[in-house]
Amino acid sequence: MATPVLDKADEAGRPEPGFADSPYITVTFRIRRFNPEVSAEAVWEDFQLEIDPKERVLDGLHKIKWDVDGTLTFRRSCAHGICGSDAMRINGKNRLACKTLIKDINPEKPITVEPIKGLTVLKDLVVDMEPFFQAYRDVMPFLVTNDTNEPTRERLQSAEDRERFDDTTKCILCAACTSSCPVFWNDGQYFGPAAIVNAHRFIFDSRDEAGEQRLEILNDRDGVWRCRTTFNCTDACPRGIEVTKAIQEVKRALITRRF
Amino acid sequence: MSTTETPASGVGPVEGAPVYSADNPAPLIEAPRKRTKKSPKSTRGNFELAAWLFMRLSGIVLVVLVIGHLLIQLVLDGGVSKIGFAFVAGRWASPFWQVWDLLMLWLAMLHGANGLRTVINDYAERANTRLWLKGLLYTATVFTILLGTLVIFTFDPNIR
Repeated sequence: MATPVLDKADEAGRPEPGFADSPYITVTFRIRRFNPEVSAEAVWEDFQLEIDPKERVLDGLHKIKWDVDGTLTFRRSCAHGICGSDAMRINGKNRLACKTLIKDINPEKPITVEPIKGLTVLKDLVVDMEPFFQAYRDVMPFLVTNDTNEPTRERLQSAEDRERFDDTTKCILCAACTSSCPVFWNDGQYFGPAAIVNAHRFIFDSRDEAGEQRLEILNDRDGVWRCRTTFNCTDACPRGIEVTKAIQEVKRALITRRF
Repeated sequence: MSTTETPASGVGPVEGAPVYSADNPAPLIEAPRKRTKKSPKSTRGNFELAAWLFMRLSGIVLVVLVIGHLLIQLVLDGGVSKIGFAFVAGRWASPFWQVWDLLMLWLAMLHGANGLRTVINDYAERANTRLWLKGLLYTATVFTILLGTLVIFTFDPNIR
């Protein structure tokens, strides 16, 4: 590991000198900064960067954190759209910073980066995900069977049965959907799209036997009936899951079960 | 200002000595959405399901009732100019129109009240605000439904 050297920072992020047709452009990152140890208020801070427009917003955040201001705090793990750590509000829309290219979000104007809404901000772009995961745990996101004995071979399933819930298996729990939901913004008691998607994944799994229990959980006052079908979640999902459709399917299952 | 001095807000200078230590920990800030004893209990009833279904079904029926009502009252047979005491008295002499108006009154009031209930649930943030707004809403709904029902059933065409 190299020790950080100050004068290196000046060179970082610059185009190589002598190249007139450099792909680099100047982009302004407008980041919502919050540090509870300094101020109770969150403030916008601008950073000017030389960056290739084919790079991602996450690369810009890395440049800022590594070369400009090491106090910038955000979550990211795999940086390739699988772990779901870096969901944030970019230009007013929930996206994964690692899947959003600079060129796709109009680099002419400042790019605003905020923490996802509806969850407590801990620092800068990091929020407390506990309420989100609490709702996830509440829907029992695991296979439940009534077998008294362990099966001696795998539980088989037809391709059609697997297809039934294929869409909702794609969830990476990034919270982009739940934190884009206006009903969740209000009091946060609503289960939220992500929890319902993950309940859907097991409710419609032919191998699972606790669908009834999960439906009962989502029949709650703060369950699926609070969905207003605003489609914010479907728009926000970085995995392209048809979230609102999944919620509607759970509603339909609840109604057809009753009547 | 010395670095050891603690401001009234309890927030210390970041670069200086830490304000809080293991013996003097920072005050715990409860996450606003944490499930605590105070957070509303889960309600495993079918009320929300019934309310959701009622909105859809009553909406379909109301489309027919209200458009029919508007056509009869405002468009057909001379439009608004025909409406008077005699016209209303004539319609309410028939049980068909009595039932039509009664159904329209009940469905429209319950449909609207349930819609406003969800709006209050979605937008009012404090429990007290919700309580008062809903109290007002339910009072107004019950009053209007009872008054309307009373008028439809006790209407006397010979009143003068």
